Amino acid sequence: MSEAEIEAMVLEVLAQVAPNVDAASLDPEVAFRDQIEFDSLDFLNFVIALGERSGIKISEIDYPKLASLRGCVGYLTAQQPAAAG
Amino acid sequence: MARDRISKSKGALQHSPSMASYEAARRGFSWTEARAALDGLPGGRGLNIAHEAVDRHAKGPQGRRSALCWLGKDGTRREVSYAELAALSSRFASALRGLGVGKGDTVFSLLGRVPALYVTALGALKNGSVFCPLFSAFGPEPIESRMAIGEARVLVTTPQLYARKVRGLRDRLPALEQVLLVGGDAAEAGCLGFEPVLEAASEDFEIPPTDPEDRALLHFTSGTTGRPKGALHVHEAVVVHAASARLALDLGPEDVYWCTADPGWVTGTSYGIVAPLAVGATLVVDEAEFEPERWYRILQDEKVRVWYTAPTAIRMLMKLGPNLPRRFDLSALRFAASVGEPLNPEAVVWGRDVLGRPFHDTWWQTETGGIMLANFAAADIKPGSMGRPLPGIEAAILRRRADGGVELVEEPGREGELALKAGWPSMFRGYLGEEARYRKCFAEGWYLSGDLARRDEEGYFWFLGRADDMIKSAGHLIGPFEVESALMEHPAVAEAGVIGKPDPVAMETVKAFVALKPGIRPDEALRREILGLARERLGPAVAPREIAFLDDLPKTRSGKIMRRLLKARELGLAEGDTSTLESGA
Repeated sequence: MSEAEIEAMVLEVLAQVAPNVDAASLDPEVAFRDQIEFDSLDFLNFVIALGERSGIKISEIDYPKLASLRGCVGYLTAQQPAAAG
Repeated sequence: MARDRISKSKGALQHSPSMASYEAARRGFSWTEARAALDGLPGGRGLNIAHEAVDRHAKGPQGRRSALCWLGKDGTRREVSYAELAALSSRFASALRGLGVGKGDTVFSLLGRVPALYVTALGALKNGSVFCPLFSAFGPEPIESRMAIGEARVLVTTPQLYARKVRGLRDRLPALEQVLLVGGDAAEAGCLGFEPVLEAASEDFEIPPTDPEDRALLHFTSGTTGRPKGALHVHEAVVVHAASARLALDLGPEDVYWCTADPGWVTGTSYGIVAPLAVGATLVVDEAEFEPERWYRILQDEKVRVWYTAPTAIRMLMKLGPNLPRRFDLSALRFAASVGEPLNPEAVVWGRDVLGRPFHDTWWQTETGGIMLANFAAADIKPGSMGRPLPGIEAAILRRRADGGVELVEEPGREGELALKAGWPSMFRGYLGEEARYRKCFAEGWYLSGDLARRDEEGYFWFLGRADDMIKSAGHLIGPFEVESALMEHPAVAEAGVIGKPDPVAMETVKAFVALKPGIRPDEALRREILGLARERLGPAVAPREIAFLDDLPKTRSGKIMRRLLKARELGLAEGDTSTLESGA
């Protein structure tokens, strides 16, 4: 998947968990919870759904890397199987 | 072997707890003596929480000790001494008096963990006003209902929270005269700047005579039906705060203490402000939200000795495994305790094996004002148990009789409702404006908690569930009615029923069942619309995490939605004798 496709997928998963978020106004560099109403259980649900959607096994120790949109895109891009890139 | 008790035989203790023997402490305890350990206002003018928490520690050299050690999100670290906190809270009390805010008037806060919160709480108490904290992640609806019921005269918040959540409600809150905004330079119509008001006020403030029965704190709790209930506490509650800090948290003046609870809930006030200050400890305050690595770093760098946290956070730390904490030096930690919902035995043992300290579970509620049951430093822990009653507290298992009376369940291991002999100092004195609901909590001199439990042969209590439909999620008690009401605001929703769905991390999460109006078809877009609306109105902590559509909801003959049946179906349990349920309401 391209970075743009991955970003669209991340936003789609975010909208499942917190549909009231305006994706267009998100600052990709800032942690979700510092800019939207998004608590730690939301985050847990988000990361689990992201793992299911992407088919990538996200280790719990890596969760902090997924705190922002940029972080998610960077992490998922790096974790993609090389053949699929 | 997780359920094996954790022995506290003398040789196993590296520190002598402030209470050396539970049995002896219980025998020798009296509330009169606990009260005598406090100072009281000078000149016999009564008992005021803020004097016990700050002013009495502020004089002379001990006043230079740190009351707060504040850690900002951005890495800022600021220590506030007892003397400074006394001066700042006196300024706020003077400012309130200058604004015409007096005894019994309600001062609300809608703030995260920032220094202004402590100044607001303590200043309001000094002025004889009633302090009421709100959870800053609440949406506008819970904020409006609580401020209306509490007749808020003053609100202290931030410009961002004001703009997002309060400005649009202002017309509907006629009692709200003053809004003070913390840390903003942008002028907002109808608001004052918190810092300029503080700056202009005098730090000479004499606390007016305060009767121990004067109202001090207002904490809201949701009900299964109807509007939220405002539980009122009086200044005498500080007797329990101070005593329980020593007895249940083993906290003393030399300790660095960290309570991770949000100030918007009762734990964040009773044990996040009052109790640790009342014993003269140093309180670590972290502005940031839960973040595992940051938390371990705080425990290490601040040399936290006593830590009071919550099961949801502990279970999230457990998920990350033992390697992360092993990178930190947690040797300063002497005592770890938990509150919010029952702590599973594995978490207690994990604390011992991975952090070096077992978690001591405690039990109490908004209505009890302070810790009532605990696993104590000097007593064996039974992992999974809520512990035993504090010295001075009598707890029992009761069963309600059909005639409104109660009977004691004496036989160990039998299920019943957890009850406390009424009359301890931090017992709530009423639900604001709801005398009938208050009276319903008591029978034959007992306070009935609404929690089902059993007591074993050694006197340890074990939580079994709620006697009503209240939902325990991530340390918060959530009333289904408030959530259902918000869902009903969506034009497509005909009926809504809300339950707690078991969850391995949060104990329960809020799940909503929704029936749509005739002709409207459920789909993913509508699900998101309804979920989005609920999150907007209620905030993420209260809103459902999951919505399921049903053709119609099970109801009693009188038309009441049967949440218990929804829950039984969710759990895949037999639905039981539904005919009884249907005619029972």
